[in-house]
Amino acid sequence: MPDVGPIWITRDYLKCSGCRKCEIACSLFHECKIWPEASRIRVFMLVPGAEVPHFCVQCEDYPCVEACPEDALSISKETEAVLVDREKCTACGLCIDACPGRVPHIHPTDKYAVICDLCGGEPRCVEACRKGEWNALKAVTRKDRSYKVYARTPEDITRDLVVNLYGEAGEEVI
Amino acid sequence: MRGYAGKFLEVNLSAEKIKEVTFDEGILRQYIGGRGLATKILWDRLGSQWEKVNPLGPENILLILTGPLTGFFPGGRICISGKSPQSNGVIGSTVAGEFGIELKCAGYDGLIITGSASKPCYLLITDSGAEIRDASHIWGKDGKQTLSILTSEVREELKKRFPRYGAWKEPAAIYIGPAGENRVRMAAVMAKWTHAAGYGGYGAVMGSKNLKAVAAKGTGPLPEVADMKKVKALIDEVCEECYEHDFFRMWGTGAAGYEVGFKTSSEPVRNWQEEWHDERGFGVDSFEHRVWIKRFWGDFGCPTTCLKLAMTKVGPFKGAIGDNPDYELQAYLGTNLGIFTPEESVYLASLIDDLGLCGIQGGNVLGFAGELYQRGILTKQDLDGIALKWGDTEAFATLAKKIAAREGIGDILAEGTYRAALKIQEMTGENVTQYAVQAKGVALGAHGIRSGEDYPTEIAYACSVQGGDHTSVAHMPKRYKDGELDIILHDSGVYCWFNMFDQRRNLKWDFFNAVTGWHIRPEKWYNTTARRILHLQRTLLLLGGPDLQWNPKEHDENPPRFYEPLPSGPYAGERVDRTKFVKLKTRYYEAVGWDENGIPMSEELRRLGLEKADKILDEKIRPS
Repeated sequence: MPDVGPIWITRDYLKCSGCRKCEIACSLFHECKIWPEASRIRVFMLVPGAEVPHFCVQCEDYPCVEACPEDALSISKETEAVLVDREKCTACGLCIDACPGRVPHIHPTDKYAVICDLCGGEPRCVEACRKGEWNALKAVTRKDRSYKVYARTPEDITRDLVVNLYGEAGEEVI
Repeated sequence: MRGYAGKFLEVNLSAEKIKEVTFDEGILRQYIGGRGLATKILWDRLGSQWEKVNPLGPENILLILTGPLTGFFPGGRICISGKSPQSNGVIGSTVAGEFGIELKCAGYDGLIITGSASKPCYLLITDSGAEIRDASHIWGKDGKQTLSILTSEVREELKKRFPRYGAWKEPAAIYIGPAGENRVRMAAVMAKWTHAAGYGGYGAVMGSKNLKAVAAKGTGPLPEVADMKKVKALIDEVCEECYEHDFFRMWGTGAAGYEVGFKTSSEPVRNWQEEWHDERGFGVDSFEHRVWIKRFWGDFGCPTTCLKLAMTKVGPFKGAIGDNPDYELQAYLGTNLGIFTPEESVYLASLIDDLGLCGIQGGNVLGFAGELYQRGILTKQDLDGIALKWGDTEAFATLAKKIAAREGIGDILAEGTYRAALKIQEMTGENVTQYAVQAKGVALGAHGIRSGEDYPTEIAYACSVQGGDHTSVAHMPKRYKDGELDIILHDSGVYCWFNMFDQRRNLKWDFFNAVTGWHIRPEKWYNTTARRILHLQRTLLLLGGPDLQWNPKEHDENPPRFYEPLPSGPYAGERVDRTKFVKLKTRYYEAVGWDENGIPMSEELRRLGLEKADKILDEKIRPS
């Protein structure tokens, strides 16, 4: 974990085992329950073997924040993560449409958008992944880079991964 | 009640009726979930006419049950049960994956499926219950195609129903391949391409009900537990322990493929004619270097990830995808067929999974056929033109496809090793049951007992209430820790007990109690609760029928092959000593409360409140 400044979480999908300990850790931290669908990180497993931990990439231009008609989304000064004001959020879903990766989703029982808040700078998903030595997720210092390229839909990412994993046969299984 | 969602769904496929059912806390305390509860439900509903129930008829009940620990104990599984078309008893067959978690998140502890649908269907389980959906477009599809269609179809449907939710994840699904559709007795209930509830033959039961799949997507949390702080700490403790054990983590059970053959000499080779080999090219390193494409692959919450993703990159079977064959499949779809190259084993495992066959049962019957060919009992002509030579992957693959389709000779072999042996014996007059390596209609797992160096003992399979199931072997009480009464705990709590290896002695009780808030203690479990489940399973196994019944004198027995001396390797000459076996068997009966005929004793049953079982055994099984 970097000592100073905002962090960014790298994602190495090919290292993801699909164990979903990140979801367990995230929902335990945010909801005090094991609640995969309320997790701020969700592992998509559209094709077995091609597991995609899907969560906010904190785009440089934050199109979701821009798109919110209620001013419910803001950017944390400390972590640069997107913060959701549950009181203001109406669960209209415009942030989801604005996100190039369709990352946010609506909380299963409460009416607000669920977006990764980096746990205030100490992401529990990264910790869980590190403990298992998978390191599919790693925290690094956030720099001036085009992180937005990682904001892609689970379908798009899966389509790439199956080719990487299964070659030509990958195109048949998706 | 803690750890439980609190309700089950009962689906009558004949009447197309769905209702919610609940069980009293008293019943759940006694039978927990999974295997235990399945036994109780089957006993209550079918026990009095058990021997008349056709496992492949609409009267059978298919059970898909979680347990209180599902989702909490690291390594998610789901338990499939019903009257087994293999043993004619009850087998608690568990399969890894996310299905149990999705089910609980949807608010249900399990599914009770009765009747039979008039046309192919699948069930979709969501937060608002179950619905029966048409599956005619998926019927006939192999495993990979089935999962791919289900995933996209269910996601589309959820998107249509909840357009503002955001991206929908995949549902978790269990499904059958063509083998299940064709009621092949070795058909497995599959998940995630490569995962199988293989023992029991419940894929055939699904097929007989015209049920292609069940898909579940829940959005709620896992149920409340008694003490979340404790559960959290226990999850961490389990994982820390597992992270320290690098054997399965790094190499999976497949690491045993070479070791069990070479060192302990207990791996089936050419239908168990040998149990030793020294094929260095079949070591885990060859698999690792040649075919692995992902080292760590696991299911919900698993710290071990013993699965490894594999794909053949060269040769005639290029492009086959699956998990790296685990120990069992390396043995049964490798050494047992005289196959010793990683690529061929990966291909066969991938094919067997796609067909929806159990790799163990399937590899066992293929090996059995191989030996009959070797001995000239089944000729090329008998085998519809297949020259079934040891090591001929293409030939074994062709035969596997015939079995899944119940085509030609495949129709006989589709009955499973034991039933096929009886039939071939009748047809040829040759004593071929001596080559059938099975117990009570269930092919044996790939751990031999002749060398005495592997974990199963002489009575392991012969006395198990799940026959040849290597995951539920019988052991003497001093080995309760890894014997059947312990397995009943795991398979009723429903989680992967690979993650229980090497945990401290009391961890399992602590875990059960932190989740449920009950005070389950070892003394009570081994003397009362587990015994009740064991005796009911035993009673139903002895009732059997309608096609076969088991007489303990004759059938609490090892396959004849285990009395032949090992012909090769460091333990050449070793065999099961019959006198020792009989002595152990008698001691085992006594230890678990069965009489000298292997029938649960009257006073034992009455002590446990199983008077009805006692009465039925009196009427139908005990010698008058």
